[in-house]
Amino acid sequence: MKSPEPNRYFWQGNEACVEGAITAGCRFFAGYPITPASEIAEHMSKRLPRIGGIAIQMEDEMASIGAIIGASWAGAKAMTATSGPGFSLMQEFIGYAFMTETPCVIVDVQRAGPSTGQATKCAQGDVMQSRWGTHGDYSAIVLSPNSVQEMFTLTVRAFNLAEKYRTPVILLSDETITHMREQITVPPPDSVKTTNRKKPRAEETAFFGSEEIPPMPTVGQGFNIAVTGSTHDEYGIRFTADSNVHRKLVERLNNKIRNHTEEISDVESYNAEDCRIGIVSYGCTSRAVYEAVEKAEAEGIKTGYIRLKTIWPFPEKIVGKLAEKADKIIVPELNLRQIYYEVERTAKGLAKVIPLNKIGGGELITPEELLAKILQEAEEND
Amino acid sequence: MTETFSIQNHLRDLRLPFCPGCGIFTVMDAFLRAVHELGYEDLSKFVFCSGIGCSSWICSPYFKADSIHTPHGRSIPVATGIKLFHLDRDVVIFGGDGDIVGIGLSHFIHAARRNLDALVIMVNNMVYGMTGGQVAPTTPFNMKTTTTPYGSFEQPLDAARLAATAGACYSARWTTAHPKELRESIKKAIKMKGFRFIEVVSQCPTAYGRRAGFKNVSEMLKWFKENATPIQQAETMSKTELEERIVVGKFVERRRPTIVENIYAMIKEAQTDER
Repeated sequence: MKSPEPNRYFWQGNEACVEGAITAGCRFFAGYPITPASEIAEHMSKRLPRIGGIAIQMEDEMASIGAIIGASWAGAKAMTATSGPGFSLMQEFIGYAFMTETPCVIVDVQRAGPSTGQATKCAQGDVMQSRWGTHGDYSAIVLSPNSVQEMFTLTVRAFNLAEKYRTPVILLSDETITHMREQITVPPPDSVKTTNRKKPRAEETAFFGSEEIPPMPTVGQGFNIAVTGSTHDEYGIRFTADSNVHRKLVERLNNKIRNHTEEISDVESYNAEDCRIGIVSYGCTSRAVYEAVEKAEAEGIKTGYIRLKTIWPFPEKIVGKLAEKADKIIVPELNLRQIYYEVERTAKGLAKVIPLNKIGGGELITPEELLAKILQEAEEND
Repeated sequence: MTETFSIQNHLRDLRLPFCPGCGIFTVMDAFLRAVHELGYEDLSKFVFCSGIGCSSWICSPYFKADSIHTPHGRSIPVATGIKLFHLDRDVVIFGGDGDIVGIGLSHFIHAARRNLDALVIMVNNMVYGMTGGQVAPTTPFNMKTTTTPYGSFEQPLDAARLAATAGACYSARWTTAHPKELRESIKKAIKMKGFRFIEVVSQCPTAYGRRAGFKNVSEMLKWFKENATPIQQAETMSKTELEERIVVGKFVERRRPTIVENIYAMIKEAQTDER
């Protein structure tokens, strides 16, 4: 299967994800079949060998993410893709990738959980897991696409952020966005900005500290790298009892993400500075917002929205500003309240935060339902 | 062999954390001597991978080499990613019995099945030593451990035989009482391709030996020596006769296409595909 020429295509989200990854430089994929992410593994298996890359189906999700971490240390840009149950199994290694500063991309195509749940049905229940799923003090970068086009562009961005910050990046998609087909424009590859990890100079030895984001060598280059998920000093040497070594390492790992929240944050916003009713949404749910807002405005209600293209680190300042302007913020989600709590925390009581939730059967929140909520809340305001 | 062997040449300047009398010293020595005797001046030809447990510390971070110390049981998947993308280095995995054939058993079987180009050296001390002596999948029947205080009620796993059955190109078992045989076995395995497995039955005087009634390390080594039965002889013995015996020797040695050979042949073919 040949590389697609720059052009417009009618693609499925999972297909766009694969092409985005390849454009970003991904040359190693390991995965395990799971609905609704299997098409990513299938498409990778067709595409990567053609360009000299490797796609392998491992024995489980732990092995899949383990293999991409190994490939990353061997110099590859590497990715795996899964859904909720597999994402749960990967949490151990996500913490390991964070602790060892291993760039890699993990795609979680959300389906209805907990447990096996409704395997083929859309949901947004993994939002908090994507932030807090692994144990210990951890900070995550999580992106949320809402179109087939963004399955391409945000996959590219996921790789770029992983390489820049030397950390695992999660592309948190959902069944609707990955299984639907819509028009996508594939840009010429050389017009796409790609980032590569910083390489060490020959005499460098501190691959785990001294700088905020240290350079990353590849195995087999003579650096004698010591990589460990145990607490380690800047040379990778294990220190399991020293409190200062742990503090220094884990605080740096968290700060290198937290201190760059504004740079990592990416939102789409409309009328956020001038609205009575604001909406904070992400992923499939955000697709109902456009029509609902348009109709609410036609009814004379000043409505605006913020759509989170990066969910974590949470763009507190941006959502905080919306809370200063809006009287009420509606948070529609296909779960039983997850980002709602984050918006409520960030609003600091300046705006009333209202949840709008739905689960089961992959039923989306419709523009009509959202509009009804906007009208109801606007009326109560008067 | 130009220089005389010195273990220090291959180790970082760090204090080793192992208990006095631990079998790990024998394994470390056997591996580094084997490398030396094969003519390698340093460890730059290798990439080491290990999981969690005392024997996973053999290479990480003590060897002057690239070493990747993974989560518990996950050294083989990480090694798979390294080897498939970085073909020109030999991947060697160190791990304990709990790490390799307890929590990591599925990866072990699949790596043997797909004939991953890697050498796995498993130090089998028959117990979870680092955590204080709990029962392992390799603990002999009826042995008292901290989680089987009335004796283990399970049969132990025969890892060397399992590797051979699952598809390994080389599988052998020795004990720390057989340092010379172990070293020769490591030398042979390093020179071979595909999935290679060496199990080393080893003493943990701290968490196993004293509970099993051994007064000291030499008593344990004596037990290994006296109970070791060469595989050729074992094949003529009954199951009952083999109880309590440690079958040593080579379980399999063969050549079959490795995953690296197969995957790169597939890639070459895919690149000429005109679809």
